[in-house]
Amino acid sequence: MNHPEYEAVIGLEVHAELRTASKIFCSCKTEFGAAPNTQCCPICMGLPGSLPRLNRYAVELAIRAGLALECEIAPRSKFDRKQYFYPDLPKAYQISQNKYPLCRNGRLQIRTAKGVRQIRITRIHMEEDAGKLIHSPDGTRIDYNRSGVGLIEIVSAPDLRSGEEASAYLRALRGILVTAGVSDCRMQEGSMRCDINLSLRRRGEEALGARTEIKNVNSFAFAEKAIQCEILRQSELLARGERVESETRRFDEALGCTVRMRKKESAADYRFLAEPNLPVLCISQEDLLPIRAAMPELPEERRARLCKDYGIAEADAVILTSEPALADYFEASAEHCTDAVKLSHFLLGELLRYCRSDPFRSPVSALRLAELVALWCEERINGTTAKRLLARLVEADFSPEAVAAQENLMQIRDRESLCAMIRAVLADSPKAVEDYRKGKLAALRALQGRLMAVSGGRADPMLGERILLEMLSEEDDEKERACE
Amino acid sequence: MHAWINRSIKEHQAAFAAGEYTSRELTSAFLKRIEEKEPSVGAYLTVDAEGALREADASDARRRLGVPLGPLDGIPYALKDTFCTVGLRTTCASRMLEHYVPPYDAEAVSRLRRAGAVLLGKLNLDEFAMGSSTEHSALGNTRNPYNSDCVAGGSSGGSAAAVAAGECVFSLGTDTGGSIRQPAAFCGVMGLKPTYGAISRYGVIALASSLDCVGILSRCAEDGEIVLSVLAGKDEKDATSRAYLPSSIPSRPLRVALVADFLRDGMIAEEIRALLLESAERFRKKGAQVGEISLPSPMRALAAYSVLTAAEAASELGRYDGIRYGFAGAGEDLENRYVSSRGESFGREVKRRILFGTYVMTGSRREEIYNQARRVRGDVKASMEKILTEYDLILAPATPTVAFAAGAQRSPAEMYCSDLCTVCGSLAGLPSLSVPMGKNMEGLPMAVQLTAAPFSESLLYHATALLEVSHESSGI
Repeated sequence: MNHPEYEAVIGLEVHAELRTASKIFCSCKTEFGAAPNTQCCPICMGLPGSLPRLNRYAVELAIRAGLALECEIAPRSKFDRKQYFYPDLPKAYQISQNKYPLCRNGRLQIRTAKGVRQIRITRIHMEEDAGKLIHSPDGTRIDYNRSGVGLIEIVSAPDLRSGEEASAYLRALRGILVTAGVSDCRMQEGSMRCDINLSLRRRGEEALGARTEIKNVNSFAFAEKAIQCEILRQSELLARGERVESETRRFDEALGCTVRMRKKESAADYRFLAEPNLPVLCISQEDLLPIRAAMPELPEERRARLCKDYGIAEADAVILTSEPALADYFEASAEHCTDAVKLSHFLLGELLRYCRSDPFRSPVSALRLAELVALWCEERINGTTAKRLLARLVEADFSPEAVAAQENLMQIRDRESLCAMIRAVLADSPKAVEDYRKGKLAALRALQGRLMAVSGGRADPMLGERILLEMLSEEDDEKERACE
Repeated sequence: MHAWINRSIKEHQAAFAAGEYTSRELTSAFLKRIEEKEPSVGAYLTVDAEGALREADASDARRRLGVPLGPLDGIPYALKDTFCTVGLRTTCASRMLEHYVPPYDAEAVSRLRRAGAVLLGKLNLDEFAMGSSTEHSALGNTRNPYNSDCVAGGSSGGSAAAVAAGECVFSLGTDTGGSIRQPAAFCGVMGLKPTYGAISRYGVIALASSLDCVGILSRCAEDGEIVLSVLAGKDEKDATSRAYLPSSIPSRPLRVALVADFLRDGMIAEEIRALLLESAERFRKKGAQVGEISLPSPMRALAAYSVLTAAEAASELGRYDGIRYGFAGAGEDLENRYVSSRGESFGREVKRRILFGTYVMTGSRREEIYNQARRVRGDVKASMEKILTEYDLILAPATPTVAFAAGAQRSPAEMYCSDLCTVCGSLAGLPSLSVPMGKNMEGLPMAVQLTAAPFSESLLYHATALLEVSHESSGI
């Protein structure tokens, strides 16, 4: 996909909605999905005379994001008005931070198939969200519930080089923000949104090419796809000797490509004005102490700890820690299970298929999963049975051990029973026995299959095979004796 | 009955306590006075007689029960029509908000309601507080109570005229660069612009938030101090408001700085110049030390003031787009609706400032002009603060002239010059008081202005005694 001659230079601007109960400049609720215009007041509606008042908890969450991303927290940061006219913006300006953001110079570690890389974070600033236009055939309506909801914008340096890296960056960022309690990062609810800045340059060159901005991408998969398409589009233009236009584009999910929204020949002039109604935001080192002390374990630390404490594979630990709730679930389950490695395989390989919710929520309790995996680990049930029981646990809660016993699902592991079954199998299959004698190994597999069929899938496969081989060689001995 | 309306707040309270008259009777007297004076003064845009009498009755009931709310309980007052009042239209003297009824009270209004004060109505102003004559009102015509051929000043012209004409006991105004002090001077009343942040601006429709101050127009210093004590203090809803910690009045002789710039030929009218020198002399006679100072480049300060107010005003006025409230024009698409809503409802002066404010914020001019103006403001603030480490009071004219004739052709530059006397105090966020000092030969009021260090409002009011301002010198 990548044109060998060119290198993509990608920077991401991610907006994450702060997980506060009330808006950033007033006490209106921030709940998602409320009836339109039911979470508004004179302040977030921008009524004449109203003034903003900064939500201190929003500041704390923004600082947590800064600390989690290893940023410098500015001792003095300032708010500005970013001015433009649009009906969803009730004051005709958005209160944001322009020249003096709250956080600067951070970094984020990403992992891709190619390895680990550090991506620089240029800045994190606080701002308010706008309302939402709802278009319908009989006109456009405006819902201001989201107007004034607190956001942080996290701006990366142009350090990313591919869609895969961008996607890894977004996943890592979401893991961190969710773990630190900064944001829910629910992309489908719009609480995490991403703008992509992308340009191409010849490999080895320093200067950046003309860049396009892809606005409001709302899933990791779309981000990756949009970047791949845009790299292809730009490299084809350049290969034909044409110029890339600076412009704003969007990713069309149906077409699967980016399309132009507007040209950028005259860059928007937001006439940034120092917000006179909010004093300088002063954060002292003492203010940071309790916030630092309350920081939870972040995904990278947790990944290392899971590998060390549970002996699981790094690849598994990366997936587990990408989602704090998933890692929590794994650890809760591991407490009741002796084989954490098998647990992680079973969790990621089997259980995850049944978990489509975002954030992660398991339909099976951690204890039940542990019980089920324990039966499998102790070889009391085989893998097939474990998968079947899991499918049933998703539907209803029960004790896997009790049900396995009650329904005769436990592996048959006693020698007597297995010998009896195998004798019957050998007696019924003289042809297969004959073939085996002639040296056809496939015949052994057929006999094993017969054994599983006879046992209703419950025979311990390893023990069964051992007894089968023993009995086949015994028969040989008997025959030899008879011949003598 | 007319004798009542010239009384001070304390005198009214004494009369209430003695049973001489009730708040309802006093309120009725003011409503009658309003009816008599309005044809020639035109201070009010909205009179709420019904609401006022209801509040007066409630006050009288509290007094009968022996639980009055304090020194303002039952006292009739009025508001510049930039203060949001729940259920009572708040227009900013603009077609844009002609029928706008706010869903909430400004914090200053809430505090006055909690103190039991009786709201008579809403007062005229220059549209969105832009102007210094109240002639830029789209909704009414206010004249000087001393001479109806002259303006009342502005932008709080209605607030000054109403107090001067005895149409309320006191009024609230807003002062961005002189909008209380100048009309107070023209109408011969006390006009206080307090320290920036002393009174909450929550619910006061902004001109320029970084400079706007809620202030008090009263007949005497004592009334002003009482109202200030009710209004001042930190309000959680206004992040720029501050806990009110009044500074004490020095026991040593006061040090007064006379601003010498204004004494130069042609700067101010001769009669005002004479008044200024006379005021300095009165201070000296009372034992004060009077020195002379120069203002930190007044013309640069004025330019910075013009740029900053226009830039902030243009920003504040962006919200009036005809979509959620206010005047809504026709138009088949969004852009045309913006154009008609704003184009048809804003007056010329408002449009001029929006254009100017947008101009200075656009492209490279933001750095060249707007940011430069912010730096000048910083310089002015530092210079003023330095002066106030050496002096307790700065003595200056409140206006360069007495009230000018209505309809006089004055260029926008001349209009700004009337702010010349007042903007330094505004840029520095200092408390400043316009003090009425009698009348000129034509019977028009003249005034001087005192400015002091932050939270020195008591000192300003106290100093009026040294200037021998008597109660009788204000009011008709």
